[in-house]
Amino acid sequence: MILLQWRASNDLNPRFPPTYPMPQEPLVEIRDLNFSYDTRTILSGINITIPRGKVVAIMGSSGCGKTTTLRLIGGQLKPTSGSVKVAGQVVHELDAKQLYALRRRMGMLFQFGALFTDMSVFDNIAFQMREHTDLPEAMIRDLVLMKLHAVGLRGAHNLMPAELSGGMARRVALARAIALDPMLIMYDEPFAGLDPISLSIVGELIRKLNDALGASSIVVTHDVQESLKIVDYVYFVSEGKIVAEGTAEEIKNSKTSYVHQFVWGEADGPVPFHYPAKKTYGEQLMESGVYRG
Amino acid sequence: MDKVYKAGAKVAQFLQFLGNAVTKRIFRLGFAARFFVAIFLQSGTAFRRFNLTSREVYFSGVLSLIIILVSGLFVGMVLGLQGYDTLQRYGSTEALGILVALSLVRELGPVVAALLFASRAGSAITAEIGLMKATEQLSAMEMMAVNPIARVVAPRFWGGVVSMPLLAALFSAMGVLGGYLVGVKLIGVDEGSFWSQMQASVDFQKDILNGVIKSFVFGIIISWVAVFEGYDADPTAEGVSRATTRTVVTSSLAILAADFILTAFMFTGA
Repeated sequence: MILLQWRASNDLNPRFPPTYPMPQEPLVEIRDLNFSYDTRTILSGINITIPRGKVVAIMGSSGCGKTTTLRLIGGQLKPTSGSVKVAGQVVHELDAKQLYALRRRMGMLFQFGALFTDMSVFDNIAFQMREHTDLPEAMIRDLVLMKLHAVGLRGAHNLMPAELSGGMARRVALARAIALDPMLIMYDEPFAGLDPISLSIVGELIRKLNDALGASSIVVTHDVQESLKIVDYVYFVSEGKIVAEGTAEEIKNSKTSYVHQFVWGEADGPVPFHYPAKKTYGEQLMESGVYRG
Repeated sequence: MDKVYKAGAKVAQFLQFLGNAVTKRIFRLGFAARFFVAIFLQSGTAFRRFNLTSREVYFSGVLSLIIILVSGLFVGMVLGLQGYDTLQRYGSTEALGILVALSLVRELGPVVAALLFASRAGSAITAEIGLMKATEQLSAMEMMAVNPIARVVAPRFWGGVVSMPLLAALFSAMGVLGGYLVGVKLIGVDEGSFWSQMQASVDFQKDILNGVIKSFVFGIIISWVAVFEGYDADPTAEGVSRATTRTVVTSSLAILAADFILTAFMFTGA
């Protein structure tokens, strides 16, 4: 275990990229995924493949089902039909013990960090190490400081979450997400509410940490410009369906009306400016021809 | 004819509303019962790593000491005044010690301490867990393969269960002290008869132990309601505020109802 931790920590150094062989099959495979809350359909017929070692973005407007997709991958929700396979295991078929074993190999960064507010920055990052390993406290200290160093916050280890700025909190959450050197890192809106400097720092860290750890990353976001700089592949989700996919370059040059509207931030297009309103009784009568004024 | 249809529709609407309200509450009660079982099944961590539970004993027990001790003192002082006023009519003021002690250890100690504990610590537990849910801390914990019921809920539950009997005992002790100060020092009841009558008449098993059992049951009720309401709260500011209010109202009513049932079993008859 100590050896593994040492090697993983060394992997954070870009001068020594991981040399162990990487299996070729994709890390995450989502096939014909459908998900509904009662009668409300959230996702329908989703197919996504996340290859190993890549950073993949899932983009779309708010409420289109991006975060739900992440929760299905993490096993927090069960699909109505279809399957999510992570590292060869169908997530919704796992029992609690197997699911927790799988989650130990995943890291997740929540939208606003979700740091434990009653613990210091240090304890937040040490949390998983203390829960899941028998490492001595001295080694946990070294590992935590290494993770914090990787996100540029080694000097902040004694602070409480309430004392951090939004950007710092996001970086601490990122350090916590990589605490056990996961094979899959999921980011839920990592750029939301950040200033331009923090935004580019977080973007850069996502890419660098992914490459240094030899992990795969899924970035759920609606920040087009920042994410297109760092991702290898993009899936666009609209109304619970994949409407476009491609590399960052393909997406930028896409002629699909929805993608064009989204990438260039146009107010009107396939996604209408006006929220659809119910027709009044009078309007229905006028349309049906029963009443002609 | 039209009027009949309208009346029928209103009745149907009322029945639908009633049925919906009843089934919702039954479902919630069922969920609360399953949650209670889950706490017991996931309590291993709370006992194995007792520092997690002792931290909660500090937060819900030690930090409630001020309100419990001060309230206990004043309740005892009021009992001393009221008791003396009643007993002097029958010329038995020397029985003031018994009246104060029995009222406190049997009834007022467990019940008033529990009501105060529900308002001070129960609401705090609900608010804390509710906010952890609203800020996705519980989801984050689940994604880190750590069960929030074992790590967050169970230690808080057992912390409350352990704290409650201790706080009730301290409440009763302070109440007896308050009764003594008012009865003996202020009014001038004989000190010897105050203590000796109390010692002779208060039975350890029948009075004190039953009081402890009561406060233990109240501790379970308050902690259960508090952790459940926090865990089940809507993850919004309004949802947490409502859950906190529900904790105080539900646990207070449950304490009073449970007190009646327990008293009926413990103190009726011989």
